[in-house]
This record gives sequence, structure tokens and C-alpha cells, in this order.
Amino acid sequence: MIGTWINVIFDLIIIICLISGTFFIFSSSIGVLRFPDVYTRLHAATKASTLGIAGIMIGAFIFLYFEHGIVSGKLILGLLFVLLTAPVSGHMISRAAHESGVKPWFNGEEQDAYSTYKKKTEQEG
Amino acid sequence: MSNIPEFTQYLIQIVTIACFVVTSISLIILLFRAIAGPTNPDRAVALDAIGINLMAMAGLLAIMLLTTKFNDVILLIGILLFIGTIAIAKYLEKGVIIDRDMD
Repeated sequence: MIGTWINVIFDLIIIICLISGTFFIFSSSIGVLRFPDVYTRLHAATKASTLGIAGIMIGAFIFLYFEHGIVSGKLILGLLFVLLTAPVSGHMISRAAHESGVKPWFNGEEQDAYSTYKKKTEQEG
Repeated sequence: MSNIPEFTQYLIQIVTIACFVVTSISLIILLFRAIAGPTNPDRAVALDAIGINLMAMAGLLAIMLLTTKFNDVILLIGILLFIGTIAIAKYLEKGVIIDRDMD
């Protein structure tokens, strides 16, 4: 009797993890679509995607452990790898954007964020 | 009373399919940003997010198909995504990926 209720509770925990992870991944894609600049898009794409994949990987880990009895460390390893490498790649892309001349977006100047980049590419041909 | 665990397992399958559909929709949104981004760093950001979405879709497929064979795929996608993002960033910054001058 108690075992069945423990199974039900862990099923609900898996469902909550999957739904929260999918919500954060969808909000990250909405942020990449809607933010006005490269730097704000990086803010959405690194942090929210990392949180979303943490939810989905933890949900899959708990599901595989309670359904098959398999401790699959590769899911946790992939989660740790994303936690390590997402800030590094975000920093590299933001530095490349700053070097190639994309100005930061200022309040009310949406068209001005890409003006120096367009000028530079037109000068180079 | 005895069919509640069966109902929650059925609910896990339904929730997994719904999460798969929502992740596919977000993949299409990111594909629009990867094609029509104003600059090249925008496209790099969109490709990074597309790779992370593919890792999430592999994890959801491992739940949906009841296998453990997708876990290697998740690690492989993560490593290739990091290397590709670093290569794109270094190419956008200087124009070369591997520089050989030892100063």
C-alpha cells in the first residue's frame, strides 16, 4: 500500500520536473525571438536554457531510476557539462559581437543597435 | 483505488508527448532567428540554443521510448555543441580559428 503511494509521489515529481523544464526552454526561445539585441538574447539563451535542461535531465534521471532500476550517470554528466560550458560560450559570443562592432541596445534606440555593424560591413564591401 | 499508479504512468506519457510538442515549437522559433538574424552573432546564439533544445528532445525521447540508448547521444550533442560554438566565436572575432604564431 505504501509502495504504491511512493510510486505515485515520484510520478508526480517527474511530471513537475518535466513541465518546469519545458516551460523554461520555451521561455528561453521566446526571449531569443523577442529581445532587441545580441547581449540580451545571450542573457535569455544561456540562463533559461540551462535551467530548462536541468529540469528535463533530472526528470529523465528519476524516471529511468524508478522504471528500470538503472542509475544513468550520463544524464547528470550532460547536465553538469551544460552548466559548465553555457557561460563560457555565452562570454565568447558576446566578446565576438563586441569586437565585430555591435553596439549595446539603449532605451528607445532599437535601430541604432546594429548601425555601426552595418556601416562596418558596408565599408568592407 | 488500485488504478491510481497506472493513471499516473499514463499521465507521464501524456505529459512527455506534450513537452515534446512544445519543445518542437520552440525549435521552430529559434530556427527563424537563426535564418533571419540581423548579424552573425545572433545566428550563433540561435544555433547554441538549438543545440540545447536538441539535448532536451533526446532526453524526452529516452522517456517516451523507454530506452537508455539515448544518453550517449546527449553527451555527444553537448560536446559537439561546445566545440562548434567556440569555433564560430573565434572565427567571428579574428577571422581565424587556429592561429599558429607563438607570441
